[in-house]
Amino acid sequence: MNLEFSPEENAFRDEVRAFIAESYPAQLRGAQDEGEDLTKEDFLAWHKVLAAKGWVAPSWPKEWGGTNWTSTQKYIWGEELARADAIPVLPFGIAMVSPVIYTFGTPEQKAKFLPATYNGDIWWCQGYSEPGAGSDLASLKTKAERITGDDGKEYYLVNGQKTWTTLAQFADWIFCLVRTNPTAKIQEGISFLLIDMKTPGITVRPIITMDGGHEVNEVWLENVKVPVENRVFEENKGWTCAKFLLAHERSGIAGVARSKRGIERIRQMAQTELNDDGTALITDPSFKRKVAELEIDLTALEFTELRTLAGESQGKGPGPESSVLKIKGTEIQQRITELALEAAGHYGAPYFRGFPADGDNNHPIGPDFAHRTAPNYFNTRKTSIYGGSNEIQRNIIAKMVLGL
Amino acid sequence: MDFNFTEEQSMLRDTVASYLQDHYDFDKRRKIITSDAGWSPAIWKAFAEELGILGAPFSEELGGLGGGATENMIVMEEVGKALVVEPYLGTVVIGGGFMKHSGYADAASVIEGIVGGTTVIAFAYAEPQGRYTWSDLKTTAKKDGSGYVLNGHKAVVIGAPWATHLVVTARTGGGQRERDGVSVFLVDKNSKGIVTRDYPTVDGARASEVFFENVSVPADALIGAEGAGLPLVEKVIDEATAAVCAEAVGSLRKLHEGTLDYARQRKQFGQAIASFQVLQHRMVDMFINVEQAVSMTYMATIKIDEADAERSKAVSAAKVQIGKACKFVGQNAIQIHGGMGMTDELAIGHYFKRATMIEGLFGSVDHHLRRYETLSFGKAA
Ligand SMILES: Cc1cc2nc3c(=O)[nH]c(=O)nc-3n(C[C@H](O)[C@H](O)[C@H](O)COP(=O)(O)OP(=O)(O)OC[C@H]3O[C@@H](n4cnc5c(N)ncnc54)[C@H](O)[C@@H]3O)c2cc1C
Repeated sequence: MNLEFSPEENAFRDEVRAFIAESYPAQLRGAQDEGEDLTKEDFLAWHKVLAAKGWVAPSWPKEWGGTNWTSTQKYIWGEELARADAIPVLPFGIAMVSPVIYTFGTPEQKAKFLPATYNGDIWWCQGYSEPGAGSDLASLKTKAERITGDDGKEYYLVNGQKTWTTLAQFADWIFCLVRTNPTAKIQEGISFLLIDMKTPGITVRPIITMDGGHEVNEVWLENVKVPVENRVFEENKGWTCAKFLLAHERSGIAGVARSKRGIERIRQMAQTELNDDGTALITDPSFKRKVAELEIDLTALEFTELRTLAGESQGKGPGPESSVLKIKGTEIQQRITELALEAAGHYGAPYFRGFPADGDNNHPIGPDFAHRTAPNYFNTRKTSIYGGSNEIQRNIIAKMVLGL
Repeated sequence: MDFNFTEEQSMLRDTVASYLQDHYDFDKRRKIITSDAGWSPAIWKAFAEELGILGAPFSEELGGLGGGATENMIVMEEVGKALVVEPYLGTVVIGGGFMKHSGYADAASVIEGIVGGTTVIAFAYAEPQGRYTWSDLKTTAKKDGSGYVLNGHKAVVIGAPWATHLVVTARTGGGQRERDGVSVFLVDKNSKGIVTRDYPTVDGARASEVFFENVSVPADALIGAEGAGLPLVEKVIDEATAAVCAEAVGSLRKLHEGTLDYARQRKQFGQAIASFQVLQHRMVDMFINVEQAVSMTYMATIKIDEADAERSKAVSAAKVQIGKACKFVGQNAIQIHGGMGMTDELAIGHYFKRATMIEGLFGSVDHHLRRYETLSFGKAA
């Protein structure tokens, strides 16, 4: 039981902090400050800086570019990224499909995909959910039939629809769960396919979310020919990959460092925003109490995560306990957005997407932070829905942890 | 004791409901709110001429339907069910309220304009620094000859882009936060020196920042007594708050019904998600929230003509309940819809956004709890 950083760890923190300060792309910082939608180039700019430094995928095996950092170093890394308001590296390539590929893939797949993913040359999206298969993912219907092509090679002919596919509009490749055996038990007829988004027969249609953003899509697959060598692991064993990946998806989901930063930002807002009595909002006992409760909850989550990490470093994999991190982490993220909206007061109402275009700087519309509070609040409702909804997480804990 | 509506009141509700069903469904609303103007003058004209509802709370001598707060409540619940953006609240409830309660000399002709649909009013009361303290005013009205000159900045004036007139609170005396020295003015929006910056709001309406830059208004722009306007402002805002509670009830009912429908029809794991007990209990809690919100809206509406302290206590109590219900029912409606709840395409998200804005409108839960505590326990030492 020890929380102190060693001198080496402190030096590492200083190094990380200096690196982020020097290398964070200015254009991206500007777009973030303006609250603009980030472009593909914005996302990739930071990814490529990290790749060049060798820090884009700390958790990967050393041979593919991992850093062999200790869990303390990873913790410091996460803290510093959040502290600098650096955008997170998108999980789909680095944290989701790559671990599947380096764990289950062929040598050819590893060589083809891991370096390109590392360098940001392949943008991945996740093709799991379907209109009829959300929480009940295993009921997915997109089907893949073996055919022999005119070239004499073996292909899967894929037909179906994926949905909620995050940032598919930017993606080069999609990793999909597809049904290769329609008669087997539902989990046993699924395969894990890597599909080039440029293949004929793929159509991406935007889904606009209630905050006005375009981050999710429908992906339609019509007679899409996928070479058999793009299947990861054995045919009909895709569920094994899926379960493995879901565990990875959950382990980063607590978002402790970013929530700390979020609370810090609320404290800043509440210094300048005024309460009913004309003093700073942060002196209002009821507002202050809510911030305090949030901080305490976050501390409990942080130490729960640290205990989980310590367990992992002693060889226990991320188990069903990680559902606790997902539930608490997302609830805290959501409460942060509630408090920010509350702090904004009247100025939570103006809607700024693509607006206003009049450039009238002499007549301001509220404090800068305020415009994002309502859209953030609406958008953050997603966190208790995706990545296995919080109801499903509770079901997992009930069954797997409590044995009910 | 009687919680039933009169025959006229039931008819009013049915008329509004069926008109909105035909002319203000979700798709039609979307066209209206995304149009350049952001509202439908044709709908407004129909409210005035076909339905006559812009006269709902005014006496028959003034061309109205002879109703009051209950009629406002009935109309506002339907407004909430259809997510109507047209400014019934600003014009009829608030503008009309100031005319009814102030002894304004020209009230009859202003009300005639409201009832006829030609006078559209937005209420410019909030200021960037003021949060929910309505006396916290930097906007000034200086005596100038027989009239006044207004200077200041009003924040997030809902419906201002559509308004012909603004009701404006300003200081004619006293310090920035004092109760004394607050005056209320009815100002033609075309007056020289009014600069607006218009924008959409997250819940589909339009609003403006309104800047008064040496705006001259005549003496008869003053509503009520000079420097003694705060009690009037508080009374009208209480009425408006009761009215948005009713609007919230309309939206909350839709959120709850929509969620039940969806949960019955959506299947996962081979069964309707409505069969999962955890979701059933959640929907029961949503139901309880809606019922409590209805009860408190009735309570506040019934007590709206009581003495100031009694009225304010009732309204704050109602707004606390409604604010909590908006959060609980809204968030869980989205949650139970899963990914579909997140989309712009479904109505459910739009009800959630309106309910969220109502949570903060005329004071947050914390604000009204504090006001209730003060009225109920006295001021803290
Ligand atoms: C913004 C966003 C981004 C996403 N990105 C991706 C992506 O990139 N790739 C991808 O594949 N998917 C993605 N998803 C999809 C996400 O994983 C699904 O939304 C999620 O699995 C829930 O499925 P559903 O939306 O169909 O809801 P449903 O499964 O229909 O659930 C509806 C409600 O029922 C509840 N429920 C369901 N079953 C049970 C049960 N047994 N017991 C109790 N309650 C239950 C749920 O918790 C929820 O509240 C994204 C979703 C969102 C909102």
